[in-house]
Amino acid sequence: MTEVSVTKDAVPAADDLVVLKNVNKHFGALHVLQDIDLTIARGEVVVVIGPSGSGKSTLCRAINRLETIESGTISIDGKPLPAEGKELARLRADVGMVFQSFNLFAHKTVLENVTLGQLKVRKADKKAAEEKARALLDRVGVTAQADKYPAQLSGGQQQRVAIARALAMDPKVMLFDEPTSALDPEMINEVLEVMQQLARDGMTMIVVTHEMGFARSAANRVVFMADGKIVEEAVPDQFFSNPRSDRAKDFLSKILHH
Amino acid sequence: MFDFLEGYDLLGAFWVTVQLTVYSAIGSLIWGTLLAAMRVSPVPLMRGFGTAYVNVVRNIPLTVIIIFTSLGLYQTLSITLGAKDVTDINFRLAVLGLIAYTAAFVCEAVRSGINTVPVGQAEAARAIGLSFSQVLGLIVLPQAFRSVVGPLANVLIALTKNTTVAAAIGVAEAAYLMKEMIENEAELLLISAVFAFGFVCLTLPTGLILGWVSKKVAVKR
Repeated sequence: MTEVSVTKDAVPAADDLVVLKNVNKHFGALHVLQDIDLTIARGEVVVVIGPSGSGKSTLCRAINRLETIESGTISIDGKPLPAEGKELARLRADVGMVFQSFNLFAHKTVLENVTLGQLKVRKADKKAAEEKARALLDRVGVTAQADKYPAQLSGGQQQRVAIARALAMDPKVMLFDEPTSALDPEMINEVLEVMQQLARDGMTMIVVTHEMGFARSAANRVVFMADGKIVEEAVPDQFFSNPRSDRAKDFLSKILHH
Repeated sequence: MFDFLEGYDLLGAFWVTVQLTVYSAIGSLIWGTLLAAMRVSPVPLMRGFGTAYVNVVRNIPLTVIIIFTSLGLYQTLSITLGAKDVTDINFRLAVLGLIAYTAAFVCEAVRSGINTVPVGQAEAARAIGLSFSQVLGLIVLPQAFRSVVGPLANVLIALTKNTTVAAAIGVAEAAYLMKEMIENEAELLLISAVFAFGFVCLTLPTGLILGWVSKKVAVKR
């Protein structure tokens, strides 16, 4: 692999929401994040793609400190990520996260999943929380399932509930960690549609995904990672039609034409 | 045939057994859960304390612990746990000893339950901004308890039978009365059988009911 200098076509606006500077992390001997610099502007949709093990999930999880970092800084809305405790919890409430395996609270109903954070973190009153939860469940198209338990829902429905749960906190930014990778093919679109709508509504989103169609249609910028480094950053059209790095060309040639 | 039972307060003795069991069960459930929370906490000092407590206490014979509460706490350190007469003092000391001992087993059962909860549950809870104690209290422990009703039933049954050790410091529960009757009466086999039956009457429904509860509350994934 030839080393390519990181190219930046999409110049971030002045209003930076998430800023990563010189971030490093190891898993044992593996240098999973290497000098990561990344800035995401308010309202921007950034899609992170790359081969397995390239560190893109770790990057996503580091932004709300589900993974700790060893050096460098991550700041959200101008504030550096606190180490632990109440400060960190407060920051996490402002950062929505959607997981590959949904992670809905298994012992709570769909409605309770969406109201829990509002009640316990935002201290909203029960009636307001339920109203908001039902509105959000309506928005993601699972109103009818409100009183069921997660195990009774399909994967696609569970993931849409998970999105509603994150939205209930009125997050400043939403992180998606491979949100469709655990879904049956026919359920992927229902989740992507919700995400597309969210992008159109102006939500700031960082999406780790293998869905190139989503990257093309919804992203403002594509970040290509390989071996713990950001190899290329570009607007989607440019990246997919004319990738500059050999690593990205190689990756795209393997996933696109078949 | 059961004439030998006359003059003995059999029900009263078993009532003391039930009281010992109930107080100790509640106490050890609370203390054991706190210990389990310590053992999974991010604070190394708490983890260390939890681990040390469990490994020391569960390896000491219960008889030694119960006798220590009487000889060590009461007679040496004059700890009476707020009771006035000697019957109450012994009862409370026995409950204390049983709680201290049983909590180690409750802790390990709860901890194994915590290990059945997928790590993603806690991550999702942290991701919406819940604090460590909220993550544990609202998400992890409720699911953990549902998966360990069976093992906790075992601990409760063992506790019920372990209350007989309280006889060693003069608590007038079932085994204490049995010893008294064996000294005074001739029907040794029958006396043993009566007390064995009494304990089965206490523990068998416990096992059956909690077995049913265990199925009822299991978390579907």
